[in-house]
Amino acid sequence: MDMKTSSGKKLGLKEKYRHMTRGLDWETTYQKREDVFPYVAYEGIKIHDWDKWEDPFRLTMDSYWKYQAEKERKLYAIIDAYAQNNGHLNVTDARYLNAIKLFLTGISPLEYMAHRGFTHAGRAFPGSGPRVACLMQALDELRHAQTQIHSLSNYNKYYNGFHDPAHMLQRVWYLSVPRSFFDDAVTAGPFEFMVAIGFSFEYVLTNLLFVPFVSGAAYNGDMGTMTFGFSAQSDEARHMTLGLEIIKFILEQDPDNVPIVQRWIDKWTWRGYRVLTLVGMMMDYMLPKRIMSWKEAWEVYFEQNGGALFKDLSRYGIRPPKWLDQISFDKDHISHQAWATFYQYGAIADFHTWSPTEDELDWLSSKYPDSFDKYYRPRLDYWREQAEQGNRFYNKTLPQLCQTCQIPMVFTEPGDPTKICYREVDYQGEKFHFCSDGCKEIFENEPEKFKQSWLPANQIYQGNCFPDGTDPTVEGFDPVSKVLEYYNIQAGRDNLDFDGSEDQKNFAKWRGMATSNE
Amino acid sequence: MAVAAIKEYRFESADRLENFHGNQLLFVGWEDHLMFCAPFAFLLPPDFPFQALIEDVLPGAYGYHPDFAEIDWAKVEWLRSGQPFQPQLDKSLADNGLGHKAVIRFRTPGLTGIGGTCS
Ligand SMILES: [Fe+2]
Ligand SMILES: [Fe+2]
Repeated sequence: MDMKTSSGKKLGLKEKYRHMTRGLDWETTYQKREDVFPYVAYEGIKIHDWDKWEDPFRLTMDSYWKYQAEKERKLYAIIDAYAQNNGHLNVTDARYLNAIKLFLTGISPLEYMAHRGFTHAGRAFPGSGPRVACLMQALDELRHAQTQIHSLSNYNKYYNGFHDPAHMLQRVWYLSVPRSFFDDAVTAGPFEFMVAIGFSFEYVLTNLLFVPFVSGAAYNGDMGTMTFGFSAQSDEARHMTLGLEIIKFILEQDPDNVPIVQRWIDKWTWRGYRVLTLVGMMMDYMLPKRIMSWKEAWEVYFEQNGGALFKDLSRYGIRPPKWLDQISFDKDHISHQAWATFYQYGAIADFHTWSPTEDELDWLSSKYPDSFDKYYRPRLDYWREQAEQGNRFYNKTLPQLCQTCQIPMVFTEPGDPTKICYREVDYQGEKFHFCSDGCKEIFENEPEKFKQSWLPANQIYQGNCFPDGTDPTVEGFDPVSKVLEYYNIQAGRDNLDFDGSEDQKNFAKWRGMATSNE
Repeated sequence: MAVAAIKEYRFESADRLENFHGNQLLFVGWEDHLMFCAPFAFLLPPDFPFQALIEDVLPGAYGYHPDFAEIDWAKVEWLRSGQPFQPQLDKSLADNGLGHKAVIRFRTPGLTGIGGTCS
């Protein structure tokens, strides 16, 4: 589809883009502009000239389809081959599959939510440049959700816990952490959404999410996951560019925007960091073949790369996010605290947990010389001994949750890993509890929003997490089994220790059949 | 800035007392025993005796820990919302000033978890 200028020459990519996007826009005439774009002003962000927006991609649909179609073809060819050759039997160890369950339930539905968020933001912006950029990203995100579900559905044929991720995201206790993170973003205004997801998540934190899962897949023989990861990579590069562009655009438009954006950067870096606790746990405990520790990943991808970014943004009056001192101290601790949580609540999760092997413990000791032997190894040793004696620890009492991040109150005081961090606020005659100064301050900035948090433990106690028609007053009522039913977790199959699980037995049996004559 | 919204924004708190059908939430943490990853949430009526909390509720939640059987309850130190607190054991939660979503912690002197590591 070539367009000619009056001189008869073909247009370059940049000019074609200009004509085909901005050139198609118009001003409202018979309706008021603020009625057509009702969400653009209420957050307090001032935009004087939407044309100052610099387009980061300059894609028209024809080139977009061409690139994406090529990537899809490659991806599905590899996924098909992987499925046909029983590629699942090439993973290092069936424990690895639990990292992928975590991805499917905790991350893939967020791709879908990102799709919805970007369509919404795109609709809300009066400027045609960001509108088109958001549309492209919305399409990418939908593609990510679908390619991930396609790739991982292969595992659902053979292993437990893969059967109902979208349903689980809405219900299962720990999945309220990623879910509420995204719900918070998509229910914010379009500018906050862009700073939350476009900038803080895609630009600042995305490497901490994708690199561990994609490299983890590569290290552990999981071609399917590796392939969708690589297929998403060039999209991610575009998303990062968009994230950076949006923030620079907002900051350049009006000095009054700076404090608002700063508050959002503080909020969303903290919220994103809290969600990444799950990734830290995955890296340190769930990959049979480790890539690097959570602490190392944080140092490379946040402290080094992020340091340069915030130096660059300082010319706009933006400082690094709040609470970085605490984050820096906590990098020795959070992955261990998270694993301990999932290990003990293993009866109500949709994936398996286990006692690390002796050399995995040694690896952790070497990666965390200042914390692991002192605080965490004795606990894991004790649990392993107990499990060997048939007394595996399953915590059956519901935990207290943080009102903001919704994670059980497992995090410790800044500087003291032996003390749980308790923070509370009295608001409208009710007490609200928080895991940290960060989560407390986020609540204090938006109490009317966060007092509505759907906290899974409290919802269970309100009687809202049983299947329809359940009567909790009947004799012998077993709340745990009813909650699992409500979650669509198959008790005895999806949950409990990996040791003795159906996944463990099946994997060993099938691998034996594939590699020997039995 | 409590609310940024395009129209009136008024909702109720998800965990307001009336949603718990006559009960209330009580959060309890055991200091220096992080084998229990987080404080617990219990659903109890406001007239529940404090003594019954110790005798009937906590053992089910904490009994797995070898330190639990060693606790001398007469020596236990309590905190309520982070401040030192002397519960009246024969009084109810309400009479001990423990309303909905109150948080208490107890410290057991001499008992500091597996191998003294606060686990
Ligand atoms: Fe994505
Ligand atoms: Fe929190």
